[in-house]
Amino acid sequence: MLDTIKHLIDILATPWLSFTLTIVLCFVALRLRWVWTKWFLALVLLGVTAFLWIGFNDPYAGLILKKADNAPIVIMLYTFPLFLWIAMIQAVQNDKRMEEGGAPEEKSLSDQKTWVWPDLVYIEFIAVILCTVALVVWSLTVPAPLERPANPGNTPNPSKAPWYFLGLQEMLVYFDPWYAGVVLPCIIILGLCAIPYVDVNVKAQGYFSFKERRLAIGTFFFGFYVLWIFLIITGTILRGPGWNFFGPFEEWTPHKVVALNNVNLSEFVWIKLFYNKLYAATGIEWFGQGLPDVQSKLPWEDLGNFGRCLKREFPGLVALGFYYLVLPGLLAKTRCRKLYQQLGWARYSVVILLFLTMFTMPLKMYLRWIVNLKYFVATPWINF
Amino acid sequence: MSLYLRFKQWRDRAKENWNEGQVKRSIFRVGIPNTDRKRVLVVLGNVFLHLHPTKVRSSSVRLRFTWCAGGLSFFLFLVLTLTGVLLMFYYRPTVENAYTDMKDMANVVPFGIMREMHRWGAHAMVIMVMLHMFRVFMTGSYKPPREFNWVIGVILLVLTFLLSFTGYLLPWDQLAIWAITVGSNMAKATPVAGVAGPFSEFLRIGGVPLIHPGDDARFILIGAKELGGITLNRFYVLHCVGIPLAAATLMAMHFWRIRKDGGISGPL
Ligand code: HEM
Repeated sequence: MLDTIKHLIDILATPWLSFTLTIVLCFVALRLRWVWTKWFLALVLLGVTAFLWIGFNDPYAGLILKKADNAPIVIMLYTFPLFLWIAMIQAVQNDKRMEEGGAPEEKSLSDQKTWVWPDLVYIEFIAVILCTVALVVWSLTVPAPLERPANPGNTPNPSKAPWYFLGLQEMLVYFDPWYAGVVLPCIIILGLCAIPYVDVNVKAQGYFSFKERRLAIGTFFFGFYVLWIFLIITGTILRGPGWNFFGPFEEWTPHKVVALNNVNLSEFVWIKLFYNKLYAATGIEWFGQGLPDVQSKLPWEDLGNFGRCLKREFPGLVALGFYYLVLPGLLAKTRCRKLYQQLGWARYSVVILLFLTMFTMPLKMYLRWIVNLKYFVATPWINF
Repeated sequence: MSLYLRFKQWRDRAKENWNEGQVKRSIFRVGIPNTDRKRVLVVLGNVFLHLHPTKVRSSSVRLRFTWCAGGLSFFLFLVLTLTGVLLMFYYRPTVENAYTDMKDMANVVPFGIMREMHRWGAHAMVIMVMLHMFRVFMTGSYKPPREFNWVIGVILLVLTFLLSFTGYLLPWDQLAIWAITVGSNMAKATPVAGVAGPFSEFLRIGGVPLIHPGDDARFILIGAKELGGITLNRFYVLHCVGIPLAAATLMAMHFWRIRKDGGISGPL
C-alpha cells in the first residue's frame, strides 16, 4: 500500500507531469471560489504533512528532507500554501462584497486610526517574541551543517546552488548559462521593477482582491509560484547526480544514464523534414548531404562561413523574429486588443516583451519534453 | 524601627528619587503613556518608534493585512547583524583558519548556537522577504504613489539574496565552495564580458583576446582565476560590510518612503 503510494508520487513528480499539474491546479484553483475555504486548506496542509511523514521515514526521501539546509523547503511547503490561502480567502470575500455593491472589508476600517502606542507596538512586540522563540528552538534542535573541508579536486555530484537559486539552475537544463544564469535573472529583476509602471489599474490597491486584477494576479502567480517556488522545490527534491530526475522516493544512483538525443531546430527542419523528404521524392543525392559545417571563426574573417551559418539557422532566426517582432503586433490586433488599448504602445511593448520572455521558459521546457528540442538557433557564437 | 520598615522607607525614597530624578527624566522623557498626549510624545521621542507615525490606519495594523512580514524581515536583519558581529569575534576569513574556526565555534565556544541562529535566521529572512513581496503584490500596494518603494523593495530582495550567497562561502567546506562554484561559473557566461559567454571572442586586438580568464566577469566577482583565499576575503568583506551597509541604507529609504507615501496602503 505504502509502496504503491510512493510509486504513484514518483510518477506524478516526473518533470513534465508535475509542471503541468502545478499550472493546471494553480489556474483552476484561482477560478474556483470553493477552493478557498478552511476545509480545503486543512486538506492541503494534511497532504503536505502526510507527504513529509512518509518522506521522513523513507530511506531515500529522508536523506533529502532531513538535510538541515533543506529546512527552508519544508517550511515553504507549509507557508506558501498557507499564505496563498490567507491572501485568496480575503480576496474572494472582498470580491463577493463588491459584487453585492459593497466596499472591500478593509474600507470599513481604513478611515479610522489606531494608536501606534500601544496597539501596533504590542503586535510588533508579540511578533518579535514569537519569531525569536521559533528561531532559538530551531537553532537548539538543528545544528548548522559543516561538511568536509573545501577540496577543489573533489566535485560533489550533484553540485547545487543555494536553494533560492535552484529555479535558475533548473533552467540550465533548458537554456545555455548566458541566458539562464545572466540575462534571464537581469530581465526578471527589471521586470519586477517595471510592474508598478505598467499596471494601469491603479484603483485596486490597499485591499485583497482577485476579480479586478485577474491578469496581473494570474501572471504573478505563474512567475512566482510556478516558475520560482515550484522549480526551487523540484531542484531540491527531484534532482540527483548528473542533475538527472529522480522521484522523491527513488534512490540517487550516479549510474542513471539518460539518453541525450536532443536535436536543434535547424537539424529538425533541414534533415528531418525537408532533405529526407525531398531525397525520397526525387532521389537526387544533393538533398541528402546534411547540414553545412560551420566553424567558430569571427564572422567578418570568413563571410562564407557566416553565410552558411545564417542559411543553416534560417528557420530558427525566422521563428525568433516572429516570436519577438511579429507576435506582439499580431496579438495587439487580435487577442490582446483590449490590453493594447488600455496600455498604449509603450507600456504594451514592455509588457508583451516581458510576457514573451517569461514564456520562453515553459515553451522550451515543453518543446524539450515533446520533441527533444535543443536550440532554436545554434551558432558557434551564441545558442538560444 | 524594625529592619523591615527601615527597608521600606529606603525603598520608597529610592523609588521617589528615581521617579523624580535627573537620571530617569534624561532617559524616559514622557513616563507611562497613559494619555493621548503622552502616546504621541512617546512615539515621537524615540528613534525606533518614530519610524512609525503616531497613528496608523486601522485596516493596516491588522495581522491579516501585512502578516507582519516586512517588519519581521527587518527584525531578522537585526538578529543577523547581532549574531553576525558575535560570529566575527571567532571567525577568521583565511583558507587556513575559516574551517577550523567553524569547528571550534560548534565544539569550544560556550553557548554555541550563534552559528545556528545566523544560518537559520538567514534562511528565514529570505523566506520572509519573499512572503512580504507576495503580500505587497496581492494587496496591490505597489500602485501609485508607492511605485518607487516597490523598486527599492526589489533591490532589497536582490541584496538579501546576495547577503545569503556571499555568506554561504564563509564556512569554507565542500558545501560552500561548490555552491559558490556553481553560482560564480554563471558569471563566466556573461555575454561579451565573460570568457565563456557569447561574443566575448569578438573583442580582440591583433589576435590578442581582450576578455580572458584573468579579467572577465567571473574574475571580477571572485578576484582570481579559481576560487581561493582572495575570493574568501572578498566575499567576507562584501558579506560583513559592503552589502549590509547598502541594505541598511535602502531599508532606511524604504521606511522613510512608506511614511512619505501616506503610510501603509489602504483602499483609496
Ligand atoms: C529586506 C527586505 C525588506 C524589508 C526589511 C521591508 C520592510 C518593510 C516594512 C516594515 C513595511 C511596512 C509594511 C509591512 O510590514 O508590510 C514595508 C512595506 C512595503 N514594502 Fe517592504 N521590505 C523589504 C522588501 C521589500 C520587497 C522585496 C518589496 C517588493 C518587491 C517591498 C515593497 C514594499 C512596499 C511597496 C511597501 C508598502 C506597502 C503598503 O503600503 O502596503 N519591500 N516593507
